[in-house]
Amino acid sequence: MADTTAPRPARPVSRFESVSAMRFALLVGVGAFVIAAITDVSPSPQRVAEGMPRILSLLDRMLPPETDPAFLQRMGWRLVETMQIAVAGTAIGVLLSLPIAWISARGVTPAPALSYVAKGLVSLFRTVPDLVWALIFVVSVGLGAVAGTMTIIVDTIGFCGRFFAEAMEDADTQPQEALAATGASRFNILCAAVIPDAMPSLINTTLFALEMAVRSSVVLGLVGAGGIGQELKSAFDLFQYQKASAIILAVFVIVLAMEWLTDRLRKQVS
Amino acid sequence: MLSPPDPLIAVKGLAKTYPGGPPVLRDVSLSIRDGESVALIGANGSGKSTLLKCLVGLHDISGGSVAALGERFQTRPGATQRRAIRRQTGFVFQHHGLVRRLSALSNVVHGFLGQPGSWRAFCQSLAPQSWREAAQETLGAVNLAHKAEARVDALSGGQAQRVAIARALVGKPRLLIADEPTASLDPAAGHDVMGLFCELARNENITLIFTSHDMDHAQRYGERIVALKDGGIHFDKPSGEVRDGDLAGVFDG
Repeated sequence: MADTTAPRPARPVSRFESVSAMRFALLVGVGAFVIAAITDVSPSPQRVAEGMPRILSLLDRMLPPETDPAFLQRMGWRLVETMQIAVAGTAIGVLLSLPIAWISARGVTPAPALSYVAKGLVSLFRTVPDLVWALIFVVSVGLGAVAGTMTIIVDTIGFCGRFFAEAMEDADTQPQEALAATGASRFNILCAAVIPDAMPSLINTTLFALEMAVRSSVVLGLVGAGGIGQELKSAFDLFQYQKASAIILAVFVIVLAMEWLTDRLRKQVS
Repeated sequence: MLSPPDPLIAVKGLAKTYPGGPPVLRDVSLSIRDGESVALIGANGSGKSTLLKCLVGLHDISGGSVAALGERFQTRPGATQRRAIRRQTGFVFQHHGLVRRLSALSNVVHGFLGQPGSWRAFCQSLAPQSWREAAQETLGAVNLAHKAEARVDALSGGQAQRVAIARALVGKPRLLIADEPTASLDPAAGHDVMGLFCELARNENITLIFTSHDMDHAQRYGERIVALKDGGIHFDKPSGEVRDGDLAGVFDG
Protein backbone atom coordinates (compact mmCIF):
# COMPACT_ATOMS: atom_id res chain seq x y z
CA MET A 1 0.00 0.00 0.00
CA ALA A 2 1.32 3.42 -0.87
CA ASP A 3 2.53 5.57 2.03
CA THR A 4 0.13 8.48 2.14
CA THR A 5 1.94 10.17 5.02
CA ALA A 6 5.13 10.91 3.04
CA PRO A 7 6.29 14.51 3.74
CA ARG A 8 5.60 17.09 1.10
CA PRO A 9 8.68 18.52 -0.59
CA ALA A 10 10.09 21.42 1.46
CA ARG A 11 9.68 24.94 0.14
CA PRO A 12 12.91 26.06 -1.61
CA VAL A 13 15.12 28.04 0.78
CA SER A 14 15.28 31.72 -0.14
CA ARG A 15 18.72 33.03 -1.21
CA PHE A 16 18.30 36.10 0.94
CA GLU A 17 17.23 36.52 4.53
CA SER A 18 14.11 38.63 4.78
CA VAL A 19 14.84 42.17 6.01
CA SER A 20 12.53 44.69 7.60
CA ALA A 21 11.55 47.82 5.64
CA MET A 22 13.54 49.99 8.06
CA ARG A 23 16.69 47.89 7.68
CA PHE A 24 16.29 47.86 3.88
CA ALA A 25 15.96 51.65 3.80
CA LEU A 26 19.04 51.96 6.03
CA LEU A 27 21.06 49.64 3.76
CA VAL A 28 20.07 51.64 0.67
CA GLY A 29 20.95 54.92 2.44
CA VAL A 30 24.40 53.70 3.56
CA GLY A 31 25.10 52.24 0.09
CA ALA A 32 24.14 55.54 -1.58
CA PHE A 33 26.40 57.52 0.79
CA VAL A 34 29.41 55.22 0.08
CA ILE A 35 28.92 55.51 -3.69
CA ALA A 36 28.48 59.31 -3.51
CA ALA A 37 31.64 59.59 -1.37
CA ILE A 38 33.69 57.53 -3.81
CA THR A 39 32.51 59.60 -6.80
CA ASP A 40 33.04 62.95 -5.06
CA VAL A 41 36.41 62.71 -3.35
CA SER A 42 38.32 59.62 -4.44
CA PRO A 43 41.06 60.07 -7.07
CA SER A 44 39.96 59.41 -10.61
CA PRO A 45 42.32 57.36 -12.85
CA GLN A 46 42.85 60.51 -14.90
CA ARG A 47 43.98 62.55 -11.86
CA VAL A 48 46.31 59.73 -10.79
CA ALA A 49 47.81 59.54 -14.28
CA GLU A 50 48.33 63.31 -14.35
CA GLY A 51 49.94 63.35 -10.89
CA MET A 52 52.27 60.42 -11.49
CA PRO A 53 55.03 62.40 -13.29
CA ARG A 54 55.00 64.98 -10.47
CA ILE A 55 55.32 62.20 -7.86
CA LEU A 56 58.24 60.71 -9.77
CA SER A 57 59.86 64.15 -10.09
CA LEU A 58 59.48 64.72 -6.33
CA LEU A 59 60.99 61.30 -5.60
CA ASP A 60 63.88 62.18 -7.90
CA ARG A 61 64.52 65.42 -6.03
CA MET A 62 64.33 63.57 -2.67
CA LEU A 63 67.11 61.13 -3.53
CA PRO A 64 69.69 60.63 -2.25
CA PRO A 65 68.74 61.59 1.32
CA GLU A 66 70.80 64.37 2.91
CA THR A 67 73.90 63.12 4.77
CA ASP A 68 75.50 66.41 5.83
CA PRO A 69 76.87 65.74 9.38
CA ALA A 70 75.67 69.09 10.78
CA PHE A 71 72.13 68.38 9.48
CA LEU A 72 72.19 64.78 10.75
CA GLN A 73 73.25 65.99 14.19
CA ARG A 74 70.41 68.54 14.31
CA MET A 75 67.98 65.89 13.11
CA GLY A 76 69.29 63.48 15.77
CA TRP A 77 68.53 66.01 18.52
CA ARG A 78 65.07 66.61 17.07
CA LEU A 79 64.45 62.85 17.10
CA VAL A 80 65.55 62.72 20.74
CA GLU A 81 63.11 65.54 21.48
CA THR A 82 60.36 63.64 19.63
CA MET A 83 60.99 60.53 21.72
CA GLN A 84 61.04 62.67 24.87
CA ILE A 85 57.65 64.15 23.96
CA ALA A 86 56.27 60.62 23.39
CA VAL A 87 57.74 59.08 26.55
CA ALA A 88 57.00 61.98 28.91
CA GLY A 89 53.49 62.42 27.48
CA THR A 90 52.72 58.71 27.77
CA ALA A 91 54.15 58.42 31.30
CA ILE A 92 52.20 61.41 32.64
CA GLY A 93 49.10 60.40 30.65
CA VAL A 94 49.16 56.86 32.04
CA LEU A 95 49.55 58.14 35.62
CA LEU A 96 46.60 60.51 35.17
CA SER A 97 44.55 57.82 33.42
CA LEU A 98 44.63 55.51 36.45
CA PRO A 99 42.53 57.69 38.81
CA ILE A 100 40.24 58.77 35.95
CA ALA A 101 39.67 55.13 34.95
CA TRP A 102 39.08 54.18 38.60
CA ILE A 103 36.39 56.84 38.96
CA SER A 104 34.72 55.84 35.70
CA ALA A 105 34.90 52.01 36.09
CA ARG A 106 31.49 50.49 36.87
CA GLY A 107 31.43 48.43 40.07
CA VAL A 108 34.87 49.65 41.16
CA THR A 109 34.36 53.41 41.31
CA PRO A 110 34.50 55.10 44.72
CA ALA A 111 32.12 57.82 43.46
CA PRO A 112 29.39 56.46 41.16
CA ALA A 113 27.95 59.97 40.77
CA LEU A 114 31.21 61.18 39.18
CA SER A 115 31.52 58.14 36.92
CA TYR A 116 29.71 59.79 34.01
CA VAL A 117 31.76 62.99 34.34
CA ALA A 118 35.00 60.97 34.11
CA LYS A 119 33.65 58.95 31.17
CA GLY A 120 32.59 62.16 29.39
CA LEU A 121 36.02 63.72 29.90
CA VAL A 122 37.75 60.62 28.48
CA SER A 123 35.37 60.63 25.47
CA LEU A 124 36.12 64.31 24.82
CA PHE A 125 39.88 63.69 24.98
CA ARG A 126 39.55 60.69 22.64
CA THR A 127 37.22 62.10 20.01
CA VAL A 128 38.98 65.42 19.36
CA PRO A 129 41.96 64.63 17.03
CA ASP A 130 45.49 65.13 18.35
CA LEU A 131 46.36 67.86 15.81
CA VAL A 132 43.43 69.91 17.10
CA TRP A 133 44.69 69.51 20.70
CA ALA A 134 48.17 70.49 19.47
CA LEU A 135 46.78 73.69 17.91
CA ILE A 136 44.98 74.51 21.18
CA PHE A 137 48.15 73.96 23.26
CA VAL A 138 50.39 75.86 20.84
CA VAL A 139 48.05 78.84 21.22
CA SER A 140 47.85 78.48 25.01
CA VAL A 141 51.45 77.60 26.02
CA GLY A 142 53.37 78.64 22.90
CA LEU A 143 55.34 76.87 20.19
CA GLY A 144 57.59 73.96 21.14
CA ALA A 145 57.87 70.61 22.83
CA VAL A 146 55.75 71.47 25.90
CA ALA A 147 52.68 71.88 23.69
CA GLY A 148 53.51 68.51 22.10
CA THR A 149 53.86 66.79 25.47
CA MET A 150 50.53 68.23 26.62
CA THR A 151 48.91 66.92 23.44
CA ILE A 152 50.28 63.42 24.02
CA ILE A 153 49.07 63.52 27.66
CA VAL A 154 45.52 64.33 26.53
CA ASP A 155 45.70 61.72 23.76
CA THR A 156 46.97 59.08 26.20
CA ILE A 157 44.22 59.83 28.73
CA GLY A 158 41.64 59.49 25.95
CA PHE A 159 42.98 56.06 25.03
CA CYS A 160 44.16 54.63 28.36
CA GLY A 161 41.29 56.15 30.38
CA ARG A 162 38.83 54.05 28.42
CA PHE A 163 40.77 50.78 28.24
CA PHE A 164 42.06 50.96 31.83
CA ALA A 165 38.45 51.38 33.01
CA GLU A 166 37.36 48.35 30.96
CA ALA A 167 40.24 46.28 32.40
CA MET A 168 39.24 47.32 35.93
CA GLU A 169 35.60 46.41 35.26
CA ASP A 170 36.70 42.98 33.99
CA ALA A 171 38.93 42.27 37.02
CA ASP A 172 37.94 39.23 39.12
CA THR A 173 35.31 40.36 41.65
CA GLN A 174 35.84 37.52 44.15
CA PRO A 175 39.10 38.90 45.61
CA GLN A 176 37.45 42.32 45.78
CA GLU A 177 34.59 40.95 47.87
CA ALA A 178 37.03 38.98 50.04
CA LEU A 179 39.11 42.09 50.74
CA ALA A 180 35.98 44.16 51.43
CA ALA A 181 35.13 41.55 54.08
CA THR A 182 38.48 42.23 55.81
CA GLY A 183 37.51 45.90 56.13
CA ALA A 184 39.69 47.13 53.25
CA SER A 185 38.82 50.55 51.82
CA ARG A 186 37.97 50.98 48.14
CA PHE A 187 41.41 52.44 47.50
CA ASN A 188 43.05 49.45 49.18
CA ILE A 189 40.90 47.08 47.11
CA LEU A 190 41.98 48.93 43.96
CA CYS A 191 45.67 48.63 44.82
CA ALA A 192 45.59 45.11 46.27
CA ALA A 193 43.12 43.30 44.01
CA VAL A 194 41.96 45.27 40.96
CA ILE A 195 45.30 46.57 39.65
CA PRO A 196 47.26 43.31 40.13
CA ASP A 197 44.50 41.38 38.37
CA ALA A 198 44.24 43.87 35.51
CA MET A 199 48.01 44.36 35.23
CA PRO A 200 48.64 42.45 31.94
CA SER A 201 45.88 44.44 30.27
CA LEU A 202 47.13 47.73 31.74
CA ILE A 203 50.67 47.05 30.48
CA ASN A 204 49.38 46.09 27.01
CA THR A 205 47.33 49.26 26.78
CA THR A 206 50.29 51.35 27.93
CA LEU A 207 52.52 49.83 25.25
CA PHE A 208 49.91 50.56 22.57
CA ALA A 209 49.64 54.11 23.90
CA LEU A 210 53.42 54.53 23.68
CA GLU A 211 53.41 53.24 20.10
CA MET A 212 50.65 55.68 19.18
CA ALA A 213 52.45 58.51 21.00
CA VAL A 214 55.63 57.98 18.99
CA ARG A 215 53.64 58.14 15.75
CA SER A 216 51.68 61.21 16.90
CA SER A 217 54.71 63.08 18.19
CA VAL A 218 56.27 62.88 14.73
CA VAL A 219 53.45 64.90 13.14
CA LEU A 220 52.78 67.34 16.01
CA GLY A 221 55.67 69.50 14.81
CA LEU A 222 53.68 70.26 11.64
CA VAL A 223 51.55 72.63 13.74
CA GLY A 224 54.49 73.89 15.81
CA ALA A 225 54.27 71.53 18.77
CA GLY A 226 57.94 70.48 18.74
CA GLY A 227 59.81 67.40 17.63
CA ILE A 228 61.02 66.15 14.26
CA GLY A 229 57.78 67.22 12.53
CA GLN A 230 58.89 70.85 12.79
CA GLU A 231 62.10 69.98 10.91
CA LEU A 232 60.10 68.05 8.29
CA LYS A 233 57.75 70.97 7.75
CA SER A 234 60.55 73.49 7.26
CA ALA A 235 62.32 71.08 4.86
CA PHE A 236 59.17 70.92 2.71
CA ASP A 237 58.51 74.67 3.04
CA LEU A 238 62.06 75.43 1.81
CA PHE A 239 61.92 72.78 -0.97
CA GLN A 240 64.81 70.87 0.72
CA TYR A 241 63.50 67.50 -0.40
CA GLN A 242 66.72 65.57 0.27
CA LYS A 243 66.55 66.68 3.90
CA ALA A 244 62.86 65.74 3.97
CA SER A 245 63.62 62.23 2.69
CA ALA A 246 66.35 61.78 5.35
CA ILE A 247 63.82 62.77 8.04
CA ILE A 248 61.11 60.44 6.64
CA LEU A 249 63.63 57.58 6.58
CA ALA A 250 64.69 58.28 10.18
CA VAL A 251 61.04 58.44 11.30
CA PHE A 252 60.34 55.13 9.52
CA VAL A 253 63.22 53.47 11.37
CA ILE A 254 62.20 54.93 14.76
CA VAL A 255 58.53 53.95 14.44
CA LEU A 256 59.43 50.47 13.21
CA ALA A 257 61.91 50.01 16.08
CA MET A 258 59.27 51.11 18.57
CA GLU A 259 56.69 48.69 17.12
CA TRP A 260 59.23 45.87 17.30
CA LEU A 261 60.10 46.72 20.91
CA THR A 262 56.50 47.02 22.13
CA ASP A 263 55.57 43.79 20.30
CA ARG A 264 58.35 41.96 22.13
CA LEU A 265 57.33 43.44 25.48
CA ARG A 266 53.68 42.53 24.85
CA LYS A 267 54.64 38.93 24.12
CA GLN A 268 56.60 38.81 27.37
CA VAL A 269 53.61 40.12 29.33
CA SER A 270 51.19 37.63 27.79
CA MET B 1 23.96 36.01 90.60
CA LEU B 2 26.03 36.90 87.54
CA SER B 3 24.08 37.54 84.35
CA PRO B 4 25.27 35.55 81.32
CA PRO B 5 27.70 37.49 79.06
CA ASP B 6 26.30 39.14 75.93
CA PRO B 7 26.42 36.81 72.94
CA LEU B 8 29.05 37.55 70.31
CA ILE B 9 26.31 37.62 67.69
CA ALA B 10 22.62 38.31 68.23
CA VAL B 11 20.33 38.38 65.21
CA LYS B 12 16.71 39.42 65.83
CA GLY B 13 13.90 39.07 63.31
CA LEU B 14 16.31 39.39 60.38
CA ALA B 15 14.69 39.68 56.95
CA LYS B 16 16.36 40.08 53.58
CA THR B 17 14.84 40.60 50.18
CA TYR B 18 16.92 41.39 47.08
CA PRO B 19 15.38 44.09 44.86
CA GLY B 20 12.69 42.58 42.64
CA GLY B 21 13.02 39.10 44.16
CA PRO B 22 11.21 36.97 46.75
CA PRO B 23 12.30 37.14 50.42
CA VAL B 24 15.54 35.22 50.99
CA LEU B 25 15.49 35.42 54.79
CA ARG B 26 12.41 35.94 56.97
CA ASP B 27 12.29 36.49 60.72
CA VAL B 28 15.61 34.80 61.51
CA SER B 29 16.65 35.05 65.16
CA LEU B 30 19.87 33.51 66.33
CA SER B 31 22.45 34.08 69.01
CA ILE B 32 25.98 32.75 69.07
CA ARG B 33 28.25 32.71 72.13
CA ASP B 34 31.93 33.55 72.20
CA GLY B 35 34.02 30.49 71.29
CA GLU B 36 31.14 28.47 69.80
CA SER B 37 31.45 26.50 66.58
CA VAL B 38 28.24 26.65 64.55
CA ALA B 39 27.39 24.87 61.31
CA LEU B 40 24.73 26.46 59.09
CA ILE B 41 23.13 23.89 56.80
CA GLY B 42 20.46 24.09 54.13
CA ALA B 43 19.72 23.65 50.45
CA ASN B 44 21.00 26.00 47.74
CA GLY B 45 19.08 29.25 47.99
CA SER B 46 18.03 28.66 51.60
CA GLY B 47 19.74 31.92 52.63
CA LYS B 48 22.92 30.63 54.33
CA SER B 49 25.41 32.81 52.43
CA THR B 50 23.10 35.82 52.60
CA LEU B 51 22.84 35.46 56.39
CA LEU B 52 26.65 35.35 56.74
CA LYS B 53 27.11 38.39 54.51
CA CYS B 54 24.46 40.34 56.44
CA LEU B 55 26.41 39.74 59.69
CA VAL B 56 29.41 41.76 58.45
CA GLY B 57 27.45 44.30 56.39
CA LEU B 58 28.43 42.93 52.96
CA HIS B 59 24.67 42.89 52.25
CA ASP B 60 22.11 45.36 53.60
CA ILE B 61 19.31 43.86 55.68
CA SER B 62 15.67 44.52 54.91
CA GLY B 63 14.26 44.08 58.41
CA GLY B 64 15.21 43.20 61.99
CA SER B 65 18.57 43.90 63.59
CA VAL B 66 22.03 42.46 63.99
CA ALA B 67 24.41 42.86 66.93
CA ALA B 68 27.84 41.54 66.03
CA LEU B 69 31.03 41.92 68.08
CA GLY B 70 29.51 44.70 70.16
CA GLU B 71 28.14 46.70 67.21
CA ARG B 72 24.38 46.85 66.77
CA PHE B 73 22.83 47.93 63.47
CA GLN B 74 19.73 47.91 61.31
CA THR B 75 19.79 48.06 57.49
CA ARG B 76 23.57 48.39 57.35
CA PRO B 77 26.42 49.17 59.76
CA GLY B 78 27.83 52.71 59.70
CA ALA B 79 31.36 53.15 58.36
CA THR B 80 32.95 53.02 61.84
CA GLN B 81 30.85 50.03 62.89
CA ARG B 82 31.65 48.24 59.64
CA ARG B 83 35.38 48.74 60.16
CA ALA B 84 35.11 47.59 63.79
CA ILE B 85 33.21 44.41 62.84
CA ARG B 86 35.39 43.50 59.88
CA ARG B 87 38.65 44.09 61.73
CA GLN B 88 37.59 41.41 64.20
CA THR B 89 36.28 39.00 61.57
CA GLY B 90 38.01 36.60 59.21
CA PHE B 91 35.90 35.58 56.19
CA VAL B 92 36.63 32.57 53.99
CA PHE B 93 34.67 32.19 50.76
CA GLN B 94 33.73 29.13 48.73
CA HIS B 95 36.08 30.20 45.95
CA HIS B 96 39.20 31.29 47.80
CA GLY B 97 38.93 34.90 46.55
CA LEU B 98 42.71 35.30 46.36
CA VAL B 99 44.51 37.55 43.90
CA ARG B 100 45.85 34.92 41.52
CA ARG B 101 48.77 36.89 40.15
CA LEU B 102 50.24 37.61 43.59
CA SER B 103 52.23 35.38 45.90
CA ALA B 104 50.69 33.41 48.77
CA LEU B 105 52.54 35.71 51.22
CA SER B 106 51.15 38.89 49.60
CA ASN B 107 47.64 37.47 49.81
CA VAL B 108 48.04 36.65 53.50
CA VAL B 109 49.40 40.16 54.19
CA HIS B 110 46.15 41.44 52.61
CA GLY B 111 44.47 40.16 55.79
CA PHE B 112 45.78 43.33 57.46
CA LEU B 113 44.02 45.63 54.99
CA GLY B 114 41.32 46.50 57.51
CA GLN B 115 43.83 47.54 60.18
CA PRO B 116 44.92 51.13 60.86
CA GLY B 117 47.74 52.20 58.50
CA SER B 118 46.63 49.43 56.20
CA TRP B 119 47.60 51.05 52.89
CA ARG B 120 51.00 49.42 53.32
CA ALA B 121 49.39 45.97 53.27
CA PHE B 122 48.45 46.07 49.59
CA CYS B 123 51.94 44.93 48.69
CA GLN B 124 53.93 42.59 50.92
CA SER B 125 57.21 44.35 50.13
CA LEU B 126 55.81 47.63 51.55
CA ALA B 127 54.19 46.02 54.61
CA PRO B 128 55.76 46.48 58.07
CA GLN B 129 58.17 43.70 59.04
CA SER B 130 55.88 42.58 61.90
CA TRP B 131 53.00 41.99 59.43
CA ARG B 132 55.24 40.08 57.02
CA GLU B 133 56.48 37.90 59.88
CA ALA B 134 52.93 37.29 61.12
CA ALA B 135 51.87 36.34 57.58
CA GLN B 136 54.79 33.92 57.23
CA GLU B 137 53.98 32.40 60.61
CA THR B 138 50.29 31.96 59.71
CA LEU B 139 51.28 30.32 56.42
CA GLY B 140 53.35 27.94 58.57
CA ALA B 141 50.25 27.21 60.67
CA VAL B 142 48.39 26.09 57.53
CA ASN B 143 51.44 24.03 56.47
CA LEU B 144 52.32 26.24 53.51
CA ALA B 145 55.43 28.07 54.73
CA HIS B 146 57.36 26.55 51.82
CA LYS B 147 54.88 28.06 49.29
CA ALA B 148 55.10 31.65 50.59
CA GLU B 149 56.64 32.97 47.40
CA ALA B 150 54.58 30.83 45.00
CA ARG B 151 51.94 32.60 42.94
CA VAL B 152 48.39 31.61 43.81
CA ASP B 153 47.68 30.44 40.24
CA ALA B 154 50.43 27.85 40.70
CA LEU B 155 48.78 26.33 43.83
CA SER B 156 46.23 23.50 43.99
CA GLY B 157 42.62 24.22 45.05
CA GLY B 158 43.24 22.87 48.56
CA GLN B 159 46.45 24.87 48.96
CA ALA B 160 44.73 28.05 47.75
CA GLN B 161 41.91 27.54 50.25
CA ARG B 162 44.50 27.11 53.03
CA VAL B 163 46.09 30.43 51.96
CA ALA B 164 42.61 31.99 52.19
CA ILE B 165 42.29 30.58 55.73
CA ALA B 166 45.69 32.07 56.61
CA ARG B 167 44.53 35.45 55.24
CA ALA B 168 41.40 35.25 57.41
CA LEU B 169 43.40 34.32 60.53
CA VAL B 170 46.41 36.62 60.23
CA GLY B 171 44.69 39.62 61.83
CA LYS B 172 43.82 37.48 64.91
CA PRO B 173 40.03 37.73 64.52
CA ARG B 174 37.51 36.92 67.24
CA LEU B 175 35.07 35.58 64.68
CA LEU B 176 35.77 33.32 61.73
CA ILE B 177 33.10 32.97 59.03
CA ALA B 178 33.44 30.37 56.29
CA ASP B 179 30.96 30.19 53.44
CA GLU B 180 31.13 26.62 52.10
CA PRO B 181 34.92 26.56 52.35
CA THR B 182 35.16 23.01 50.99
CA ALA B 183 32.60 23.15 48.18
CA SER B 184 35.20 23.51 45.45
CA LEU B 185 37.55 20.84 46.90
CA ASP B 186 37.66 17.06 46.59
CA PRO B 187 36.46 15.14 49.70
CA ALA B 188 39.96 14.43 51.07
CA ALA B 189 41.12 18.04 50.65
CA GLY B 190 37.77 19.15 52.12
CA HIS B 191 38.35 17.16 55.32
CA ASP B 192 41.94 18.44 55.56
CA VAL B 193 40.79 22.04 55.23
CA MET B 194 37.91 21.70 57.71
CA GLY B 195 40.09 19.83 60.23
CA LEU B 196 42.74 22.53 60.02
CA PHE B 197 40.14 25.25 60.24
CA CYS B 198 38.57 23.91 63.42
CA GLU B 199 41.88 23.14 65.07
CA LEU B 200 43.16 26.69 64.49
CA ALA B 201 39.87 28.22 65.64
CA ARG B 202 39.86 26.07 68.80
CA ASN B 203 43.51 26.86 69.60
CA GLU B 204 42.92 30.60 69.35
CA ASN B 205 39.44 30.45 70.96
CA ILE B 206 37.88 31.94 67.82
CA THR B 207 34.14 31.72 67.28
CA LEU B 208 33.48 29.77 64.09
CA ILE B 209 30.44 29.89 61.81
CA PHE B 210 30.54 27.84 58.66
CA THR B 211 28.02 26.77 56.05
CA SER B 212 28.02 23.34 54.50
CA HIS B 213 26.01 21.00 52.32
CA ASP B 214 27.75 18.08 53.96
CA MET B 215 26.01 16.69 57.06
CA ASP B 216 29.15 14.75 57.98
CA HIS B 217 31.18 18.01 58.06
CA ALA B 218 28.46 19.79 60.01
CA GLN B 219 28.26 17.07 62.70
CA ARG B 220 31.98 16.49 62.90
CA TYR B 221 33.13 20.12 63.00
CA GLY B 222 30.15 22.04 64.42
CA GLU B 223 29.19 21.96 68.12
CA ARG B 224 25.80 23.24 67.10
CA ILE B 225 23.83 22.92 63.88
CA VAL B 226 21.42 25.54 62.59
CA ALA B 227 19.32 24.41 59.62
CA LEU B 228 17.79 27.00 57.32
CA LYS B 229 14.82 26.19 55.15
CA ASP B 230 12.86 28.58 52.91
CA GLY B 231 14.62 31.55 54.52
CA GLY B 232 13.70 30.64 58.11
CA ILE B 233 15.29 28.56 60.86
CA HIS B 234 14.12 24.94 60.56
CA PHE B 235 15.98 23.72 63.66
CA ASP B 236 18.79 24.87 65.96
CA LYS B 237 20.32 22.08 68.06
CA PRO B 238 23.59 20.79 69.49
CA SER B 239 25.05 18.56 66.80
CA GLY B 240 24.85 15.46 69.00
CA GLU B 241 21.08 15.83 69.28
CA VAL B 242 20.31 16.06 65.57
CA ARG B 243 18.38 12.99 64.40
CA ASP B 244 17.74 11.75 60.88
CA GLY B 245 14.10 12.83 61.17
CA ASP B 246 15.17 16.45 61.78
CA LEU B 247 16.89 16.53 58.41
CA ALA B 248 13.79 15.66 56.38
CA GLY B 249 13.48 18.22 53.61
CA VAL B 250 16.40 20.38 54.82
CA PHE B 251 18.47 19.79 51.68
CA ASP B 252 15.53 19.84 49.25
CA GLY B 253 15.72 22.88 47.01
